[in-house]
Amino acid sequence: MTKLSAADIRKLAILSRLKLTDEEVERYQNDLSAILNYVEILQKVDVSGLEPTSQVTGLSNVMRADEEIDYGTTPDKLMKNAPDTEAHQFKVKRIIE
Amino acid sequence: MKWDPISRLAEDVQSGKVSAQELVKKSLELIDQKSEYHAILATVKERAIKRAKDIDEKVKSGKNVGRLAGVPFIAKDNFLTYGVPTTAASHILEPFIAPYQSTAIERLEAEGAIVVAKANLDAFAHGSSTENSAFGPTLNPHDKTKVPGGSSGGSGAAVALELAPFALGTDTGGSIRLPASYCGVVGLKPTYGLVSRYGVVAMASSTDVIGPLTNSVDDAAIVLDIMSGRDKFDGTTIDREADSYTDLDISIKGKRIGVIKEYFGSGLDESVRKKIVDAIEKLKKQGAEIVDVSLPSIELALACYYIIVPAEVSSNLSRYDGQRYGLNIKDANDLFESYEKARELGFEPENKRRIMIGTYVLSSGYYDAYYRRAQTVRTKLINEFNKVFESVDFMVGPTAPTTAFKLGQNVDDPLQMYLADIMTVAANLTGIPAISVPAGKVNNMPVGIQFMAGQREDKKLLNLAKAYEDLNK
Repeated sequence: MTKLSAADIRKLAILSRLKLTDEEVERYQNDLSAILNYVEILQKVDVSGLEPTSQVTGLSNVMRADEEIDYGTTPDKLMKNAPDTEAHQFKVKRIIE
Repeated sequence: MKWDPISRLAEDVQSGKVSAQELVKKSLELIDQKSEYHAILATVKERAIKRAKDIDEKVKSGKNVGRLAGVPFIAKDNFLTYGVPTTAASHILEPFIAPYQSTAIERLEAEGAIVVAKANLDAFAHGSSTENSAFGPTLNPHDKTKVPGGSSGGSGAAVALELAPFALGTDTGGSIRLPASYCGVVGLKPTYGLVSRYGVVAMASSTDVIGPLTNSVDDAAIVLDIMSGRDKFDGTTIDREADSYTDLDISIKGKRIGVIKEYFGSGLDESVRKKIVDAIEKLKKQGAEIVDVSLPSIELALACYYIIVPAEVSSNLSRYDGQRYGLNIKDANDLFESYEKARELGFEPENKRRIMIGTYVLSSGYYDAYYRRAQTVRTKLINEFNKVFESVDFMVGPTAPTTAFKLGQNVDDPLQMYLADIMTVAANLTGIPAISVPAGKVNNMPVGIQFMAGQREDKKLLNLAKAYEDLNK
């Protein structure tokens, strides 16, 4: 039985860039542990000789010509959704002290 | 029926018998009248009326408008759409105005269709009931105390309420077929890659597909016909296998249909079982050859799904950081806190649950035990499907183990909620097409029958679905 600790959940929250309340930590401890226990059934499956599948239709390395494509939008339109900009760039909180 | 078949509506607009403006107006009025079901998050009113006027003028000047001339439709609110925010039913995208439009909508509009509204969904399509929407649940058109299914619950309810002739949905693990089943409409999940996902909010990129929810198989076929095929903007798209998906052949004599044994186990509601067994009997009477088939690994599909999908979700949702678009919280001390606050306030509990599960199964030390293991069991499942498809043309079973459940019934128990998808996830993990078609009602609630075919056999699947539908007329 996998039982995640409160510390496990807090660590996952940091990795996931999520801020959780104490109640949420407890709730996700239970929820995530239950889900992880449910998926335990996969551990007993015989998968000898099998490779993992990540792409189901067999496509690989889909290439296109290295040329400009009209995607039907412009940088100006894309920037319009930005909460804060300066000199046509996204402005974020400082990251270097 | 409030709407004629899609092809007839378009013919009538083209011939001038009815105007695009009348159709759009009718759809917008119905949306307004039925607002208590909360199927719709927003209407694209101004743009829709303008487009309808343009179409009517083209008709007057004798121009060919297209195969969907003037036909209104509703898109799930995870399709980027001009003229209205695209929220994915989340707060984090609430302020987001799409700077371009999804290929699916572009292709439909190029044939004269008109998007009139955006449908409710579980936030980021995470859910089976539409209760995870940040803006409140959609109610089932057949019983307001029940869920419409999810995650395309707004689309399913909209079509059942006939707010428009068709709606678009996305299906990552059953999100088109489950609401189709619960709401009593047709829901098609095409082969993986057949319809471009460019401009659709990504959930799990190895299983996400786009498809129609409609009131008939013919309507689903014409919508697929127009949307499908390769797109230079989506490298995962495949070539269409059929020149046309609309000239359907309903002869089923001699077709071999495999009944999936594992779907008739103890979890299946007895009255649903009876409906599905009756439906299969009807197909047999028409000359289809019915055989029992077994796919032992199908019982592992849901466990596989709830590793693979959260893993991909955690990756796809990492882009929502509140810096370039979407919810931004000014009151933060540093960049990290700014990310955290946007995601804390912007995501719903189920989004957070899946992001954390995904982060866990992908983290160093657990990757092999969870993610790699699930992807390997997926191969085993694919092999079993391929083996069975060597001896049958189709597979059949219920779409879901029960009819629609009560609102609130499963909200505190995520695992119980996940079980609603137990019969739909296999088609996503294997990439095959599957369709849910109405198979009558039990206790006044719709039941859906699910047909599946091999990869790229979407047309064959539509043939069977129409043949079955015709038996119920």
